[in-house]
Amino acid sequence: MSNTQPLLEVRNLRVEFPTRRGTLVALDDVSFEIQPGEVLGVVGESGAGKSMTGAAIIGLLEPPGRIAGGQILLNGRRIDNLPYKEMRTVRGREIGAIFQDPLTTLNPLYTVGRQLVETMTTHLPIGPGEARKKAIEWLELVGIPAAAQRIDSYPHEFSGGMRQRVVIALALCAEPKLIVADEPTTALDVSIQAQVIALLKTLAREKGTSMMLVTHDMGVIAETADRVAVMYAGRIAEIGAVRQVVKHPSHPYTIGLMGSIPPITHRLERMQQIEGSMPRLSAIPRGCAYNPRCPQVFARCREERPELTPAGETRASCWLYDAESEQQVLRAGAHA
Amino acid sequence: MPAFIISRVLQALPVMLAVALISFAMFAYVGDPVAIMLGQDYTQAQRDALIRDLGLDQPFFVQFGTFLLNAVQGEFGLSYRLSRPVIELIAERAPATLELALTAAFLALLVGVPMGIYTGLYRNSWLSRFFLTFSLIGVSLPTFLIGILLILCFSVWLGWLPSFGRGDTVQLGWWSTGFLTASGLKALILPSITLGLFQMTLIMRLVRAEMLEVLRTDYIKFARARGLTNRAVNFGHALKNTLVPVITITGLQLGAIIAFAIVTETVFQWPGMGLLFIQSVGAADIPVMAAYLILIAALFVTINLIVDLLYFAVDPRLRVGGAKGH
Amino acid sequence: MNAVARFFDSDLWWSFTRNPITVISAIVAAICIGGAVLAPWIAPHNPFDLASLQLLDAFKPPAWSPEGDPNYLLGTDDQGRDVLSAIMYGARVSLLVGFLAVVMSVVLGVSAGLAAGYLGGTVDAVLMRIADIKLTFPTILIALLIDGVTRAALPRDVHDQIALYVVIFAIGFSNWPSFARTVRGSTMVERNKEYVQAARVIGLGRGRIMVTHVLPNVLGPVLVIATLQLGFAILAEATLSFLGVGVPPTQPSLGTLIRIGNDFLFSGEWWITIFPGIALIVLVLSVNLLGDWLRDALNPKLR
Repeated sequence: MSNTQPLLEVRNLRVEFPTRRGTLVALDDVSFEIQPGEVLGVVGESGAGKSMTGAAIIGLLEPPGRIAGGQILLNGRRIDNLPYKEMRTVRGREIGAIFQDPLTTLNPLYTVGRQLVETMTTHLPIGPGEARKKAIEWLELVGIPAAAQRIDSYPHEFSGGMRQRVVIALALCAEPKLIVADEPTTALDVSIQAQVIALLKTLAREKGTSMMLVTHDMGVIAETADRVAVMYAGRIAEIGAVRQVVKHPSHPYTIGLMGSIPPITHRLERMQQIEGSMPRLSAIPRGCAYNPRCPQVFARCREERPELTPAGETRASCWLYDAESEQQVLRAGAHA
Repeated sequence: MPAFIISRVLQALPVMLAVALISFAMFAYVGDPVAIMLGQDYTQAQRDALIRDLGLDQPFFVQFGTFLLNAVQGEFGLSYRLSRPVIELIAERAPATLELALTAAFLALLVGVPMGIYTGLYRNSWLSRFFLTFSLIGVSLPTFLIGILLILCFSVWLGWLPSFGRGDTVQLGWWSTGFLTASGLKALILPSITLGLFQMTLIMRLVRAEMLEVLRTDYIKFARARGLTNRAVNFGHALKNTLVPVITITGLQLGAIIAFAIVTETVFQWPGMGLLFIQSVGAADIPVMAAYLILIAALFVTINLIVDLLYFAVDPRLRVGGAKGH
Repeated sequence: MNAVARFFDSDLWWSFTRNPITVISAIVAAICIGGAVLAPWIAPHNPFDLASLQLLDAFKPPAWSPEGDPNYLLGTDDQGRDVLSAIMYGARVSLLVGFLAVVMSVVLGVSAGLAAGYLGGTVDAVLMRIADIKLTFPTILIALLIDGVTRAALPRDVHDQIALYVVIFAIGFSNWPSFARTVRGSTMVERNKEYVQAARVIGLGRGRIMVTHVLPNVLGPVLVIATLQLGFAILAEATLSFLGVGVPPTQPSLGTLIRIGNDFLFSGEWWITIFPGIALIVLVLSVNLLGDWLRDALNPKLR
């Protein structure tokens, strides 16, 4: 991997939700980094903690959720414990966000132009007049036809796909170095999804912006991301370059996940389905969270929690790749 | 825009007609108006003559039509109790009620809206909890009891403020105002607080609930994610979206204030329409009740129309004439 | 687990025990309701027993003031009636009227809401239009009108006899739209759910589906509104009685007591009106606090 300082570094992030029946751990020991200009895809089933990770990074966890441990560093500076006022200057200016549903993300009572202008004048040293000019440029850039006229339209006058383009313009207009995109195409028509993803990809490359792309669509990841993190039950199961994770997955969960989409790997002969379902946060099993569903489970998986370790071309949190348990692996392999 | 207004006016018409019909039915069928008008002694001939004069021998729809025509001209007949034209009685008392109601509404909005915003934004501060408890007491206190307690405190024990009447009034044309004299203003204090307190707490709770609702929306989260200042998010984005429902309820409450003025006017012997109405209910004075009902309905319909127009100004989604993009 | 055990394990019970204000208001409400219901057995005096009234005992201040009489804890009124006992009997009337009025609103509103939501079309349009018109006018005004009309239509003695029912009807009738609207909304959601479709496929009648399938699913919000409306109904009754058009003076409610006592406010006998007033506030406040809590507890979105 590259030796430059990563743009974003997440170290051992832990997010908890205090509830009536005890504290739920929504994210546990999540670590990854994003290099400048890199696109990191984050995949997993709903409830795996993908969106939660994004929310923690932009400092907008829904209460009572809170960061209970670990660090988030942006350009080497800790941002997980910033006071609200300082964090505000990070949001929008240094980290842009794109949400899932463009129908609800825009304030219905303000024109899109106004929303763009207020974002730019908040963060950039420009006046309203210049901001308006730039707003039109941004609308053109994200592919809104007749931008100069449409700038004074209200959100409800745009279609869903067009609204998501406006949201992208809003996320990018203060020129942040990182975009956190939380399922940016899930709420859109299938025919429009590809266009929006292509737009995001092009803009990120042109502006040199890094991106954390949260999605449950492996196809989108394969097409867009440089690296991918696979999440399961609030932890990272596997992380690595997209090609490697897709072609040579290491973690049994990732193998299962890849098996459930049309096979492109040589290891698997037929399509597979993962048995069972992801545990609820209140009932995460001891040891590896995946152990009840894992086809290659062995004793240690039920006792101890694995950490991310090098596994082939990627890194996986799985005891299969731990030196100490190699003997057991062999035995497990024999059983299988 | 004109189409919008016209459609609203057309929607209001059936309401007014329904109310007029109820008023007319009260007028025509409750009790025996002829007997009441003639007093103790009368002959059958006198009775027949009066029935003919009043048009009571006409078919129902003719009678109702005449009633409507008269009502539009402000002609509601004579009060059974005071034997004076109803419209005169109401015109005399309307300024007192309107001045009281407007002062109370102003007070309620001026205090209730900021309190609602505050408790919505800082829901866990001790001041919010205090306001909320206070508002619950406000909702649970009946208007008349507030009046009694205020009188006990400020009139009976402290002797600072008058407990009844309007004080001195100044005649501006047909309008008598208490705003221009010191005693008129002093007399206004206790009744307007009494009348406004309940609405104030109601408005506060409503603004708070709406604010909480709006603060949970995606666009507020997105506004925060864009790094806008707290001020811009809370007082720009959130407050403006809160306004839409608040305007409706405030409009409806203005109507309620006029109705609740009945109670306040009774407690403070305030010479307004409410006191007139309650005296009429007690004396079964149907013409006054019918006229009051129609007037209040007209007032409510007007308020609703104004509310709709305000919507129009606040919410751009209404301006496109229902053509939702998408 | 049986129903009782399930109740004590529920989130509802948990949020109840966690909230001291709620517990206190429940206790206060229980005391108020208990005192009112049991008034004939536990009240220190019978304020309606003319034989026991002593005019000599009139205008006694509360027991703790220098001229107070320990026999009359909260003092006596102009007739020598014990204020505390009068409050207990008065609360009985207030509660009875409030309760029956809410029952009437529930019956009217739930039927209208179910019919409008389930049948839709013209039924819906007409019912909701009526509800709209009704909602335009404040409760007090409608109740006053109904009272005024019956007063004009009936001879005085007949009116006095049925005055209590007129008040119940007037308040109950003016509050039904809030139930109708809520039930209609929930019904329209429930109607399109699969279990209702299934019931329809089986061939159950419309009425049967509405009552056995849809109704139980819309009762939660109805309970919340009913609790909140109970407070309002009690207040409405007190207001009407205070205005002198409510319950007849032979059956004084808290509002009537306040009205009677109000005449003595200026002559210094404040206790005759203030104590019934406090009783009314405490009763309504505790009921409202319970309703507020119930609403928040059953609507986790608001937490």
